[in-house]
Amino acid sequence: MNTVVAAAPSAVGLLPVIIMIFILLAFGAVIVIGTSLLGPKNKRNNPAQLMPYECGVPGTDTGDSKISIKFYLTAILFILFDIEIIFMYPWAVRFMDSLKDGTGGYMLGVMGVFVALFAVGLLWEVKSKALDWK
Amino acid sequence: MGKDGFEITVNIAKMFVIFLMMVQAVPILVWLERRGSAFIQNRTGPNRVGPLGLIQLLADAVKFLFKQPFLPAKGVAPLYYFAPVMALIPGALALNSIPLSTPIKIEPFEMLGQMWGPYTFLFQGYDIGIGIVFILGISSLGVYSILLAGWGSSNKYSLMGAVRGAAQGISYELALSLALVGILMVYGTFSFKEIVESQQGVLTFMAFGKEYVISFLPNWGIFYQPLGALIFFAATFAEANRLPFDLPEAEGELVAGFHTEYGGFNLLLFYIGEYGHMMVASALLATFYFGGYSIPGVTPEEMNAFWMAKVASVNGSAILTAVTFHLALLARVAIFLWIFIHVRWTLPRFRYDQLMSLGWKTMLPWALVNVVVTAIWLWLGHRA
Repeated sequence: MNTVVAAAPSAVGLLPVIIMIFILLAFGAVIVIGTSLLGPKNKRNNPAQLMPYECGVPGTDTGDSKISIKFYLTAILFILFDIEIIFMYPWAVRFMDSLKDGTGGYMLGVMGVFVALFAVGLLWEVKSKALDWK
Repeated sequence: MGKDGFEITVNIAKMFVIFLMMVQAVPILVWLERRGSAFIQNRTGPNRVGPLGLIQLLADAVKFLFKQPFLPAKGVAPLYYFAPVMALIPGALALNSIPLSTPIKIEPFEMLGQMWGPYTFLFQGYDIGIGIVFILGISSLGVYSILLAGWGSSNKYSLMGAVRGAAQGISYELALSLALVGILMVYGTFSFKEIVESQQGVLTFMAFGKEYVISFLPNWGIFYQPLGALIFFAATFAEANRLPFDLPEAEGELVAGFHTEYGGFNLLLFYIGEYGHMMVASALLATFYFGGYSIPGVTPEEMNAFWMAKVASVNGSAILTAVTFHLALLARVAIFLWIFIHVRWTLPRFRYDQLMSLGWKTMLPWALVNVVVTAIWLWLGHRA
């Protein structure tokens, strides 16, 4: 068998990325620590300064307040659709080659079924008002 | 220092230089943004510090360094301090994986009484074969910095901004990644380098089994994927949290959104992240749809021969060729960055429900239509 396999990213291939992440973390750490050392210290420890900012009036609510369920719903729907889109990626890369070796019609039909399911799912979400922000 | 040591040093330095390129573009872009917005609104803008006010941001940066640091009373320290560092990561990692010019082939040369080379230096931080998947994965990490900042600040404006930002980021990521399916179909590769290389030459396409050549147009992706380019462009605005999609920091409603409680250089790190995201988006737009670093009508070999005749040095002409193509990419990036800035000061902000329904009910279906139409068009094109 003389098949050509695209080079998969190995741990060695990703080494520069890891080095880059360390460079960035070091850069960020230097800046964040550096500014907290350079700036003037809060000696009086004024409580009003540390209060959560709320346009100058006494705070009525902290950051851990309730969040609309719509945001959770959006995140769940995102995961579903994102996975469906990622399934299209290997197909899309292979599509041009299969057009040339004559299996393009089959590839098109297979993905047609998948895209139809995707479209029905999206239509169902719109109909069930899951995407309405009212 | 041995031969390999030199190569490794150059490659690491290169990554750092590309990162610094992103960082130092921020003062220029902020200046451009303030100055540009001033002219759009018939004002003067910053014009006192240095020529045309160019040094203004340098002065601001020094001021930022000496600001009083503080942690909000109920803030979560690890999250609060890590969020600005996290903001740097997606932009810098993504910018490093985009080819910024042709690779430089260095022939053996003598220096310090020793022979060096031959080397091949890529004009990019690192070449990962699956560039597009890598970029999509990395740029999604931008949501984490927003969420960490919002949660770590313990401020309701920050939290609301963060939750909005996360929901908006992931919603538009769908349209963005679906728009790229069209590009993958047309070029059949995950590698940026191959995508740019196949955009050289004049416009050539297959229709109904015959090949057509339009000799006055370059072979750019936008002619194959006009709708995909539009969706990609619009979605990058939402991904970079720029107006008209800047709901995470809508001033009128949320003070400054997720970075309400930030000040000093920590705030500047968020700006570096945001402008880095814009630069990545512009470079990607250029790479996918506008020929990347290629110059229409000139191949790298011709450019190399041109410089060879000028400088008569193999290594010198290789470097000059790469720099010329890099400038071609930078010109495109500059144009897109200016469009980013111009749009910000031209369009009003969306309402949040309009934003979400635009993402889910308009852009996602149209991106799907783009995939279907591209697939059928390519299939028809290759049928004899």
